[in-house]
Amino acid sequence: MTTISTILEISDLTKFFGGLGAVRNFDLTLKKGDLNGLIGPNGAGKTTVFNLITGIYEPTAGDIVFNNTSIVGLEPFEITRLGIARTFQNIRLFSNLTVLDNVRIAYHPHTKYGMADGILHNRKFDVHEKELTEKAQDFLAIFGLENLQNEIAKNLPYGQQRRVEIARALACEPRLLLLDEPAAGMNPREILELMDLIHFIHDRFDLTILLIEHQMRVVMGICKYITVMDFGQVIARGTPKEIQENERVIEAYLGKGAGHAA
Amino acid sequence: MQQVSGSSQVVIPVPKKKKQPPLAWVGQGFFILLGIVVVAILISNLIRQPTLFAQFFISGLQLGFVYALIALGYTMVYGIVKLINFAHGDVFMVGAFVSYFAVARFRLHQWPLAAFPQISPGLGVVIGSLTVILLSMVICSALAITIERVAYKPLRDAPRIAALITAIGVSFFLEYFGALNFVFSPRFIPYERPFEVVAWYIKDGIHLIKPGEAPPDGAITFSNILLIIIVASILVQIFLQFLVRRTKIGIAMRASSYDKPAARLMGINVDSVISFTFAIGAAFAGLGGVLYAIAYSSIWTQLGILPGLKAFVAAVLGGIGSIPGAFVGALIMGQAEAMTMGYISTPMRDAVAFTILIIVLLIRPTGIFGEPEKEKV
Amino acid sequence: MELGFLLGSIVKILGILAYLYGLLWVLARPNRWVKLIGVVGAFGVVQLALTDFGGFQILTNFDSGLLFQACAMTMVALGLNLIYGFNGQFSLGQWGFYGIGAYTAADITYRWVNGDARGLLVVGFGTILGGLALIYIGRWLKRFRGVPVLSSFTLYLIGAILAGTVAVYIGNALNPMFEPLLGTSLNPGILNSPLALQIVFFLAVVFAGIFAAEVSFLFGLPVLTLGSDYFGIATLGFTIVVNVLMINSDTILPFPEMKGGRGMVGIPKLTTWFWAFFFMMAVIIIMRNLIQSSTGRAIISVREDEVAAKAMGIDVAGSKLLAFVVGSFFAGVGGAVYAHFIGFLSPGTFGFLQSFNPLIIIVFGGLGSMTGTIAASFGWIFFLEGLLRVLLSQMGTEAPTWRFVLYPITLLLLMLIRPQGLLGNIEWGFLKQKDVLPRETSAVDQPEVAASKA
Repeated sequence: MTTISTILEISDLTKFFGGLGAVRNFDLTLKKGDLNGLIGPNGAGKTTVFNLITGIYEPTAGDIVFNNTSIVGLEPFEITRLGIARTFQNIRLFSNLTVLDNVRIAYHPHTKYGMADGILHNRKFDVHEKELTEKAQDFLAIFGLENLQNEIAKNLPYGQQRRVEIARALACEPRLLLLDEPAAGMNPREILELMDLIHFIHDRFDLTILLIEHQMRVVMGICKYITVMDFGQVIARGTPKEIQENERVIEAYLGKGAGHAA
Repeated sequence: MQQVSGSSQVVIPVPKKKKQPPLAWVGQGFFILLGIVVVAILISNLIRQPTLFAQFFISGLQLGFVYALIALGYTMVYGIVKLINFAHGDVFMVGAFVSYFAVARFRLHQWPLAAFPQISPGLGVVIGSLTVILLSMVICSALAITIERVAYKPLRDAPRIAALITAIGVSFFLEYFGALNFVFSPRFIPYERPFEVVAWYIKDGIHLIKPGEAPPDGAITFSNILLIIIVASILVQIFLQFLVRRTKIGIAMRASSYDKPAARLMGINVDSVISFTFAIGAAFAGLGGVLYAIAYSSIWTQLGILPGLKAFVAAVLGGIGSIPGAFVGALIMGQAEAMTMGYISTPMRDAVAFTILIIVLLIRPTGIFGEPEKEKV
Repeated sequence: MELGFLLGSIVKILGILAYLYGLLWVLARPNRWVKLIGVVGAFGVVQLALTDFGGFQILTNFDSGLLFQACAMTMVALGLNLIYGFNGQFSLGQWGFYGIGAYTAADITYRWVNGDARGLLVVGFGTILGGLALIYIGRWLKRFRGVPVLSSFTLYLIGAILAGTVAVYIGNALNPMFEPLLGTSLNPGILNSPLALQIVFFLAVVFAGIFAAEVSFLFGLPVLTLGSDYFGIATLGFTIVVNVLMINSDTILPFPEMKGGRGMVGIPKLTTWFWAFFFMMAVIIIMRNLIQSSTGRAIISVREDEVAAKAMGIDVAGSKLLAFVVGSFFAGVGGAVYAHFIGFLSPGTFGFLQSFNPLIIIVFGGLGSMTGTIAASFGWIFFLEGLLRVLLSQMGTEAPTWRFVLYPITLLLLMLIRPQGLLGNIEWGFLKQKDVLPRETSAVDQPEVAASKA
C-alpha cells in the first residue's frame, strides 16, 4: 500500500493514558510535498498525535511508517535524525542561549566533526564549525532574524520566538515538518507573514508539512487537505472547502444543533 | 469528501501490554538473582540462629521507628516546598540536647514530684518525662519556624539550588555553633535519662532483667524504650493521617503541595501552611531526638547527621511526599541497618542503606509509594 | 601582626585573581606564539615565586600548599560545573570520584616506590581492557532497539568485572619482571629514578582519571535515568558508599596499604607546581573547547529543555552520560594531583560534609560559568583554608569550630543577596564565547515578505 510518493503513513494509532483514550484508531497518510492541516477542538488529541509521531510518547497500538520504515519504539532523537522535525505549542526554545546557538544545536546531528576534533579545536573543527555557523545564519536570514542572532532567546518578543522555533526545526534538515499552532499569539500582520513564510519554506526546502492550528484563516489559507479530530478520533477529512461545509465539524466546534443554526 | 465512520461513544478496551523489549531478561535476571542471594543469606541465618536473628530484628525495629519519626519531617517539607531540608537532622539533635539540659540541669522531669509530693512516683515520672518531651517538641518547632522564616522564605522564588545550599548552610551552622564550648561543646556527653530503662528477656516466657544481671544465653532482650518508641511512632502516624485527611489545615497542606498559586487563589495562606509543616515535622523530630537519646544514651552535636540522612533516605525509599511511604521506608532502612551490623560489619551499614536506596530507585524511580513523574509536553 | 597578615592575605587573593585574569587574557590572544609564551610565562612566574633564594621566598610553603589544593579543587569543581552547571544534572557524587581518583593514583605510586608494580599494571590494564570492553559492548548493544537500561547496565558490569579479573591476572604475572628493576624503598632500582617516577606519576594520574570515568559510566548509565532530585540523592549515596569503602579498605577491600580509617600515609609527594599547573590547564582547555563545540552545545541544550533537545535530534541520555563521565574524569585527575601533594589520605577528607564543597563553589562562582568556578575555587581555598584558618587560630583553641560557624553564615548571606552566584554567567578572556558576526551576504534566497519587513 505504501508507495514511493508516500512519506508518512499512520495506521490505527491509539494512545491510552490510564483508561483515557487520548487518540484512538487514528489514520493519516501524507504524500511527499503535502501541506496538510490537523484541526479540532481543544483536547481533541492533536498534540498527542504529534508527540506520538516524534516518539515522545510510545503508542499503545498502531503503526507509524516514515519513508517505508516503522518508527514506533525509536527514541525521539533517532526519529528526528531520520527526518521529522517539529515545533511546540508552548514555545520550547533553549531560552538562556542565543538565537544562533538555538539553531546551531539543531544542526548538531549533522555536524561533520567529532567530539575529539571539538576538544582539540583543530583545523577540521574550524572549517566545519564555520560552515555550520553559516548554515545556521542562512536559516535565520530566511526568517529575517539575522540581526538578532546574538540575542538571548527569552528576550525576544513572542512572534519572533515562534519564528526562531521554526528556523530551529528547519535546521534539523527534515523531510517532514510538524508545526504545532505556529500562529498562536500572533497579530494579524504577523499571521500573514507567517503564511507566506510557510509557503516559502515548503517550496524552498521541498518539505512535507503537517500543521496544527486554531486560526481557521491560516488553515484554510494554506492547507491543501485537512483532517479534523474530536475526542481522539478522526471525524472528517477533506479540502478546506469541504471541511467548512461539514456538519459534524461544525457540531464539534460549536456544539450540537449549531450546525443547523449556522 | 469522505465521512469517517465510528463515533466517540464506542468504547475501545485498553489494548494489552506489548511484548517485552529485547534483552530485558538480562537486567531482570540480575536483580532477581541479587534479591535471591540476599534473601537466602537472611533465611539461612534465621534457621541457624533464630534468637540472634530476632535480636537483630528488634534492634532494627527500634532504629526503624526512630527513623520514621524523623522521616516524616523530610517527606512533608519536600512534599510542600520541594526542598531537601538538610537542617532537619540537626533539629533532631537540638531536640536531644534540649531534653538533656531540661533533665540534667533543670531537673524538669522531677517537677510533678516536687510540686505535688503526694502523687505516686510512677505517675510523677510519666508526667515529668512527657513535659520534657513536650518542651523539646515546642523548642524544635520554634527553631524550625525561625529557620524557615530567616533562611528559606526569602529564597522561595530563587532557584531551588539556592535554598538547598542554604539548607546545607543552616545544617553546618547548627552543628558547629552547637560545638562551641559555651553552647553544647564538641564532646560526647553522657545523657541522663528522665526515667529508668527497664529491660526484659524472652526465654521460656518474659522475665525482667534486674540491674547488674546479665540475660541468659540465647535470650532475646528488649526494653521499655523500644516499646515507647514503637507506640509513639505509631501514634504519630495515626495522628498525621488524621491531620492530613480530616482537618482543615491538612487539606490546606495537600492543596499547597499540589499547586501553590491555585491554593493561594483559593484563599489559603500558603506561607503559614508552610511554616506549620516545618513546625510539625520539627516537633516529631524533637520527639525522635529525645527518644533516640534515651535509647542510645550519649549525645553530641553531630548526632543528627547520620540518623537524619538515613531518615531522609527512608523517605525517598518510600516515595518522598508520601507519609505511609516514609513509615515503610524507615522500617526497611532500620532492618537493613540492623542486619548489616549483625551479619556484615558495623561501618558498612551506611553503604548498605544507600545501596538499597539506589537499587530501589532503579527499579521504581520515585520510590515505593511515589507517584510516577509526569512531564507535560 | 594580625592586621599585616590580613592585608597580606587580601593582597594575595587579589593577586591570584589578577593572575588568573591575565592567564585567561593571554590565552585569548589570536597569535599562537603569544599564547605559548604567555602560558610558559604564567607558569614561570609562580615557579620563581615558589623558589627559595637563600631564605627569600615570596610564596611560603603554606601558600604553595594552598595553591596546589586550589588547583585540585578547580579541576573537581569544573567537572561538577560541567555536570550540574552546563548539563543540569544535580550531582553530589563528585566528591566520591575525587576520592576514587586520589586513592587509585596514590595506590599506584605507593606500591611502585615500595617495589610493587602491580598497582600500575592492574590499574593500567584494567582501565584499558575495561574501556575496550565497555566500547565493544556498547557497539553490540546498538544492534537492538530499546534495550532496557538495567539490562545494558548488567552487561556492561559483567564486561567490566571480566576485564578487571583479567587485569589482575596480567598484573600478577608480569610483576616478577618488574621487581628487580624497582628495587626496595631503601634501595631504589632503575625504575625508581626521579625521571621514571615522574612518568609513573603522570600515568598514575591519567589512569586514575580514566578509572574514575569508567566507574562513573557504570554508575551513571542507570542512575542518570532518574529524575533530577532522585539523581542527586543517588549520587550522594555514591559518595557515602565510596567513603565507607575507604574506611573499610583494609578489612572489606583487599588493600592493607590504604590502612582503612587510619588513613593512607607515605604517598610519594610527586606533585610539583609544573604538574599541578599542567593538569589544571589541560582540564580548563579541554572543558572550554568541549563547551564551545557542537557537542558542548548539545550538553547545554539538555539543561535548557530536555524535551526540545530530544526533538532537535540530540541524544539526551548520551549527552548526560558524556558530561557525567568527563566531569568525573576531571574529578579523578584532581584527586590524583591532590593525593600526591598532600602525601596523606584520610577517609575523613572524603566524607559527607566535605562533599558539598565543590557544589558550594560552583554555586558561588555561578552555575554555567567556568571563570566563576576557577575564581571561586582559588578564592575559597585561600579565604577559608588560608586566611580564616590562620586568623582564627590566633584567637583561641576553638578556631576550627568558629571557622565552620562563620562559613555557613557567609554562605547564607551570599545566597540571600546573590542567589545566582558571584559572577553569574560572566566569562573572562579565553573562556568567553567569541561573538559571531552577522553574515554579510547570504547564500540562500529569502522570501520577499521576509526581506521587506526585516
